[in-house]
Amino acid sequence: MMDVAIVGVGLHPFGRFPEMTAIDMGAVAIRRALADAGVEWRDIQFAFAGSYEVDNPDAVVALLGLTGIPFTDVYNGCATAASALTLAANTIRLGESELGIAVGMDKHLPGAFSADPRLYACPSWYGELGQFVTTKFFGMKINKYMHDHGISHETLARVAAKNYRNGASNPNAFRRKPLSEEEILGSPMLNYPLTQYMFCSPDEGAAAVVLCRAENAHRYTDKPIYLRATAVRTRRLGAFEVHSPWLPVDQTPGPTVDASRAAYEMAGIGPEDVDVIQLQDTDAGAEVIHLAENGFCADGDQEHLVASGALEINGSLPVNTDGGLIANGEPIGASGLRQVHEVVLQLRGQAGERQVPGTPLVGYTQLYGAPGTAGVSIMSV
Amino acid sequence: MTQVPVAEGIFTFGSDAPQLIGSRCNACGIVTFPAQDSCPRCASTDMSEHLLSRRGRLWAWTTQHFPPPSPPYSGPSGKAFVPFGVGYVELADVKVETRLTESDPDRLEIGMEMELVLVPFRTDDDGNEVVTFAFRPVREDRS
Repeated sequence: MMDVAIVGVGLHPFGRFPEMTAIDMGAVAIRRALADAGVEWRDIQFAFAGSYEVDNPDAVVALLGLTGIPFTDVYNGCATAASALTLAANTIRLGESELGIAVGMDKHLPGAFSADPRLYACPSWYGELGQFVTTKFFGMKINKYMHDHGISHETLARVAAKNYRNGASNPNAFRRKPLSEEEILGSPMLNYPLTQYMFCSPDEGAAAVVLCRAENAHRYTDKPIYLRATAVRTRRLGAFEVHSPWLPVDQTPGPTVDASRAAYEMAGIGPEDVDVIQLQDTDAGAEVIHLAENGFCADGDQEHLVASGALEINGSLPVNTDGGLIANGEPIGASGLRQVHEVVLQLRGQAGERQVPGTPLVGYTQLYGAPGTAGVSIMSV
Repeated sequence: MTQVPVAEGIFTFGSDAPQLIGSRCNACGIVTFPAQDSCPRCASTDMSEHLLSRRGRLWAWTTQHFPPPSPPYSGPSGKAFVPFGVGYVELADVKVETRLTESDPDRLEIGMEMELVLVPFRTDDDGNEVVTFAFRPVREDRS
């Protein structure tokens, strides 16, 4: 199979930008990724664009140049960006294209996401009763996990505090003010045991990644990052998933576990080889659970790992070095490419004051969300 | 006040011992809630109605402390909103997601025995009391 390299990354900061449309932000991210790769828009042979709010994010060509390339729009829940990246990588693997781009952009209103439950194959009454709420699922999942595996409320607060702290040293982040564990635990309860400051917020932003055939990567950069695996998986029957009015008695692992295992196998890389990690921290509890679901520790080990500082930038398992979703917010279409952007900077040694020490060789990203979709990618120098 | 169910076909209505109405796949035996016409495990379309047991154990829970986005939520909002508990109760052959009559974290515990009840949810435009299903801790009966 043809290898794929990342030769350019670009980001429009995440946050609130009243003067900008999602398309405007997408164009900024693409121009920055092109500049990073040292190529022009006319060199790009195909594109995939992810968005939740924008029906046709390919309209960004109006701002960049109408070059006639195949440009496909992707929406796949919280794994949208992983799907765009996977499709872009696969297009290069097909062997017909040399250089392509994956971009994600979104501009959400504040507040919890909402939709017609029938569009998720859920009955109307499920929404009418107030159960079609994603944050409630995350509260239930971590509450059960804490019960089963001995995780404390303080661990959730420490994880959130770490991500705000990392966000404070990331000029592209939405939330750049460190918050203490006391402030996080003392903020209003939303869905027990999760408080307001333990959750990420929907916001706005864009990110883009330029990919090429690995054999030609040095034409564009002296620091190519190789995309060793991308995998997207959906829930199997028995997985404990968001928007599930019922579950079978027998439980099976969730889509993150399936995507993670597939990606490790594809890459020939194991969790012990990974030096920098970006996980879906929709809430602090999700980061705790995902640490185990992606193979980085056993269930329950998070309690001492978090307390010992292992997840910090200078720890043994640096997680969400750019502040994750908690500090960056979640523009759905862009979120996963923001993770890839951070891993690429880290592996190039360009992450500035939040640079993981030493010479990180392998990076990992994971997305998870409604209605039970996960995406994982593994990159290496 | 006339009572009406929040939806037809999700629980039996009019008896002292309500039951949730699920379905069972005649090919592979899996039980779903609510009833559906096709099997999410084996894709069979041979499904039968199946009444669920009224008691089970609390498998997972949380609380809803803010009014859910409306629509789709149609219950009390603003100052009338009252936080509620929500969880999964594991019955004999399926886990169902449900409102809980209890929302105090100190009074909810994974594994506790729970029982199905019908509770008021809202008043509709015609002045009817809309009722829905919920599970309550069985130990409440003894106190």
